Amino acid sequence: MARGAGTIAALLVLSLIAVPIGAVIWTAGGIAGLSAADWAAFRFTIWQALVSAGLSVLLAIPVARALARRRFRGRAALITLLGAPFVLPVIVAVMGLVSIFGRSGLVNTVLAGIGLPPVTIYGPQGVILAHVFFNLPLAVRMLVHGWLSIPAERFRVAAQLGQPVGRLLEWPMLRRTVPGVFVVIFLVCTTSFAVALILGGGPRATTLELAIYQAVRFEFDLGGAATLALIQLGVCVLAMAALIVVEAPDALGAGLDRTVERWDGSPRLDGLVMALAALFLILPLAAIILSGLPGLQQVPVSVYAAAGRSVIVALASMTLCILLAITIVTHGQNWPRVVATLPLSVTALVLGTGLFIVVFPFLRPSSVALPVTALMNALFALPFAVRILSTARDDAEAQFGRLADGLALSGWARMRVLILPRIRRPLGFAAGLAAALSMGDLGVITLFASGGQETLPLAMFRLMAAYQMEAAAGAAVLLVALSLGVFWLFDRGGRVGAGA
Amino acid sequence: MKTTLSVIAGLLATSAMAQENVLTVYTYDSFVTEWGPGPAVEAAFEETCGCDLQFEGAGDGAALLSRLQLEGPRTDADIVLGLDTNLTAAARETGLFAEHGLSPDLDLPVEWTDSHFLPFDWGYFAFVGNAGAEAPTSLRDLADSDIQIVIQDPRSSTPGLGLLMWVKTAYGDEASALWEDLADNIVTVTPGWSEAYGLFLEGEADAVLSYTTSPAYHLIAEEDDSKVAWAFEEGHYMQVEVAGKVASTDVPDLADQFLAFMLTDAFQSAIPTTNWMYPAVVPEDGLPDGFETLIQPETALLLSPEEASATRDAALEEWRAALAR
Repeated sequence: MARGAGTIAALLVLSLIAVPIGAVIWTAGGIAGLSAADWAAFRFTIWQALVSAGLSVLLAIPVARALARRRFRGRAALITLLGAPFVLPVIVAVMGLVSIFGRSGLVNTVLAGIGLPPVTIYGPQGVILAHVFFNLPLAVRMLVHGWLSIPAERFRVAAQLGQPVGRLLEWPMLRRTVPGVFVVIFLVCTTSFAVALILGGGPRATTLELAIYQAVRFEFDLGGAATLALIQLGVCVLAMAALIVVEAPDALGAGLDRTVERWDGSPRLDGLVMALAALFLILPLAAIILSGLPGLQQVPVSVYAAAGRSVIVALASMTLCILLAITIVTHGQNWPRVVATLPLSVTALVLGTGLFIVVFPFLRPSSVALPVTALMNALFALPFAVRILSTARDDAEAQFGRLADGLALSGWARMRVLILPRIRRPLGFAAGLAAALSMGDLGVITLFASGGQETLPLAMFRLMAAYQMEAAAGAAVLLVALSLGVFWLFDRGGRVGAGA
Repeated sequence: MKTTLSVIAGLLATSAMAQENVLTVYTYDSFVTEWGPGPAVEAAFEETCGCDLQFEGAGDGAALLSRLQLEGPRTDADIVLGLDTNLTAAARETGLFAEHGLSPDLDLPVEWTDSHFLPFDWGYFAFVGNAGAEAPTSLRDLADSDIQIVIQDPRSSTPGLGLLMWVKTAYGDEASALWEDLADNIVTVTPGWSEAYGLFLEGEADAVLSYTTSPAYHLIAEEDDSKVAWAFEEGHYMQVEVAGKVASTDVPDLADQFLAFMLTDAFQSAIPTTNWMYPAVVPEDGLPDGFETLIQPETALLLSPEEASATRDAALEEWRAALAR
């Protein structure tokens, strides 16, 4: 695929961010200064994102290693389930966490039963707990891909020579993979809003995102909102620049794609690590489903229609996202990939407001609610897709690029023969993630939708606002099932016959 | 050719006529859902107006105003329904609203003189807890107790802002001290009403900031009398929800007709059991059974829109400083 297509895709992404933000600044007549409260929000945002990302990655390493080197029945299902928290709508996940770690949750009930003092989820620790809950699965999945990218032949050589696998094979792989995973999760956590607010326990846990929400919704201070949005983008660019400096190239070379049989490590310890991670991630999910099942029959018909719309939007958004991502990663240079990371740090509220300003003079915003939502969801999933695909594509090029050059493979043929078969696994994962993220999105749609265009998360939220808590819990079960369903479908598709 | 032209002209004329008979009302989301007053109101108004009433849901009250400001005079909205008195000063300043020109008899605990906005319902903020549990008798009593509550953030939620005004109106210069004493009672602060109410129902707190009318929902819709609102000695701050006519409307007569209709029984009788608030004009048949069980605050607290707007920033800073400690 030509470099030109990658450039066009990257410029498209850039304009999808720059035009709306520009429209907000233009409407506001300029940007505004920052208050002391904004700076406090900035410090808290960065601090909690660093801690959350650090913990997520640290905890993910043993889990990913255990998953990568053990084979057991149900492993594939476990990997899919572990991906669930990341694709859940925030409010659903928070309610799940609260039913386990809350004041009257499972953990405190057990603690009280054995005479121990209660723990509280509300406070900075709650924010970090929730962020780890959301992002640990993402970190695990990205790291498992790292492990699977180490050629099985290297392990054989190490085994024959009695050399330590950890230092020779795993450490270089981690050195190459971890910085990227850390930065992605750090950036995800810098735009956290509802988690920080619900579990943060009060204004101490104010994030930049809340300051933006306040500026747009309550004060109509678009200049202030634009300034904060630019700060978020600045953080993203700096983090990506640091990543490019830190990231190491691949030194392990190519293999014959055999599944590795591991002999090292303690199976018992790996089992324990996986069991703990599964408990942590699956218990809140189980709580959501258990508490929602009775409400399922109260879910009104209109919610099923909303679910149908959500599925269509998710499929459109996934297709768009994957096309953009593949085009961008095959460009081969860094700048389009940095551009593709920017959506991580743009808030849906500012972007949506900007798009509204752009669209309004020409069209009724509500008449384009669903296409705009699909486009924006594709944009917001793009950073993950690009991150996931770029390593795989670069490996394929590094290992077989010269061979392909020698065979004069270029354009679509090179894509079909070389790249696609070698990135199939990450491609399925990225597609599943993009579709599921779109299913759970409750961002831009809230600004554009009126009557008949509700998506499932919006319908669920409106049920809650109408005292229909049980029906909302039922809708949450539907949402979890559909999100996991689309995720599993694509993710599984990418792993057919891959033995992993 | 002539026929084609006249057909096109005819089509244009009908579509223009159809356009003239559409009344677009921007309101908050929960108003238009199948549990809200929207469907009943739409049916009743369309029976008499010979028009098409279209509701457009746009988030909550605050989102409604920022939506209108984004659209400016080119907005499709003819009526905006669902602002409250914390927002009306800012709304009036935009110059996007016209005077309503009506002087109706209202059943509000306070006098109503606003020239631009007419109330359609109102309620008292209150903490809602479980029947039979310890119930404080004042904000001060609550602050001195160990009772755990969930509140909403005044920076993102209208009830949250209501509590801020409640404390400020009742305590004035002592508000900051009260917030400091309340800090250890607050389990957490949520972005909106739904999350807070959900946490309360999950058993995460002893009480939640809501309305005196919330127990009526549980009583009437769920036949559950286990929820009660606490009556506080300082009085209760009110939320008055209003509608206004957009100055740039292309159907001013229809908009006027709607505002007048809004205060008749057909609209008002839908309010108590769909919006779970008090109607601005009590319908002839009175309030539904169950409403008589609700607490009746002795003192109604409410700042004028101008006072509310002037007080907000300082009160917000006090709140932030007291709770950030």
